[in-house]
Amino acid sequence: MHRSFRDGIVPSTITSEPVYRRRREVLQLLGLGAIGLATGCRSETSSDAPAPTETIPGKKLNIGRRLDTSGGEAQTRYKDATHYNNYYEFGTSKGDPAANSGGFHAQPWSVEIAGHAEVTGRFTLEDILKPHALEERIYRMRCVEAWSMVIPWVGISLGDLLKRFKPTAQAKYVAFTTVNRPAEMPGLSYPVLDWPYREGLRIDEAMHPLAILATGMYGHELPNQNGAPLRLVVPWKYGYKGIKAIVKIEFTESQPKTTWNQAGPEEYGFYSNVNPDVDHPRWSQKTERRIAGEGFSLLGNRIATKPFNGYAEQVASLYSGMDLRKYF
Amino acid sequence: MLILNTVLPERSRAAAESKGSHRRGFDSAPAALRSARTEKRFFRDRIAATKPFVFALCLLPLALLAWDTWHGALGTDPVAQLEHRSGDWALRLLLATLAITPLRRLTGWNKAIRFRRMLGLFAFFYVTVHLTIYLVVDLGGFWSQLLTEIAKRPYITVGFTAWLLLIPLALTSTNAMMRRLGRNWQRLHKLVYAIGVLAVLHFLWLVKADHREPAIYLGVLMVLLLLRLPKFAAQHRQTATALPPQKK
Repeated sequence: MHRSFRDGIVPSTITSEPVYRRRREVLQLLGLGAIGLATGCRSETSSDAPAPTETIPGKKLNIGRRLDTSGGEAQTRYKDATHYNNYYEFGTSKGDPAANSGGFHAQPWSVEIAGHAEVTGRFTLEDILKPHALEERIYRMRCVEAWSMVIPWVGISLGDLLKRFKPTAQAKYVAFTTVNRPAEMPGLSYPVLDWPYREGLRIDEAMHPLAILATGMYGHELPNQNGAPLRLVVPWKYGYKGIKAIVKIEFTESQPKTTWNQAGPEEYGFYSNVNPDVDHPRWSQKTERRIAGEGFSLLGNRIATKPFNGYAEQVASLYSGMDLRKYF
Repeated sequence: MLILNTVLPERSRAAAESKGSHRRGFDSAPAALRSARTEKRFFRDRIAATKPFVFALCLLPLALLAWDTWHGALGTDPVAQLEHRSGDWALRLLLATLAITPLRRLTGWNKAIRFRRMLGLFAFFYVTVHLTIYLVVDLGGFWSQLLTEIAKRPYITVGFTAWLLLIPLALTSTNAMMRRLGRNWQRLHKLVYAIGVLAVLHFLWLVKADHREPAIYLGVLMVLLLLRLPKFAAQHRQTATALPPQKK
């Protein structure tokens, strides 16, 4: 695991933000009257956006639909979700991304669409996002290091976006690549991984309604350290599948090579579905330390890890007939 | 006069001296030396006088950990922070203990040996704190996981083994046990080399990809162990004895 955590958070910065709690209560109230979608998650269409908080930087986003899949679990504080990150392009300590990403330029941005699709080429971020309404998705995020958070992402359905490029029958997989800017990303100077960072999904996984491309979190634009301006969120997979600062999306016929899988094929599979029954060779995946809620808690943070991170009902059918020990 | 020296404050003694009462030769020594002599009455010697400071210094990381815990200043994942910091200090103190012998050979400062037991016991203390945090705070409520963890996870296996091996060393660290075990004491305490290797492996194997930090500890351990090879050890012993005594 990346072990050392030295981000120098001072106590005064760990402020309680009761507004998050309030907002979740609002969502829960709304959720009571909602009819569950096919996904089985609580959801609600609402324009009643929660009041913006002073403490969250970045542009506030206009959110159309909301989907809370947290099942009443406490949300992670914004401060924690943005100052405890694995984003090795900015350094391998948990505090490094927040400390070292200040010089990163997330604007202007463009994404190259390539491979087996009728529509390919380079598109500006505005072109990518324009036809889609932003949605809020409150998801559990399970890191392969056996800790987890509950984060309200803001983004667009990945499947809806991909369909716009009309992938052909040969498009069996979708490959993603992170931007490679050594001048703005100090971590790239050390080959801890094979840069640039690459990830991939099978096309049916990418088309699943729970998979999103996020542009924001906590109602605001993504901060640099969380993958601004565009990142993948696949809540039933380990966190490292959520590739950040995406500059290329390619439809491929064969399974793409992915960074962590190349770094340790025995430890990090292509699928990387959260699975308490398949341990990391070096540590257990049966339980996780949940980082969420208000205040400081030392005890009682450990909880059992659920198959597919609690999204089995929605996604297990994608893998029916597959030996999940072999295709981990 | 001896009693006077102890009881009388510095100034009155200086006054007595200026009156010319030089009954004993050392009374004419400079004031600094004289105060060192006064100290000797509380501590056996300078090393003994330094020990409480080293002791307090060794407790400082624990005090900071307690302070940060009390103030909720352990960051986003306080449990990981507690585990990492206690583990770091356990390893550092273990390496400091292993550094004593090479230090003596290289510098000829033989009295360094008198800090070794304290450093070793503090290393054991921090390993125990580290393990306790893992067991009580981190695994809390999931203790059934512990046995499989120890058996199945190499990094936990070696870390736990290192702690187990430290127990007999801590138990036999007293003067009485040293006397009782005689030559076997040295044989038993050679276990510390294996413990050093296990401790560094524990760190190396838990890291996901960036091995730079554990590699530093590995490097220090390698140097400390290499300096013990007969070839190096003999060479340094020679140079140490060859030095004129006043340079020691």
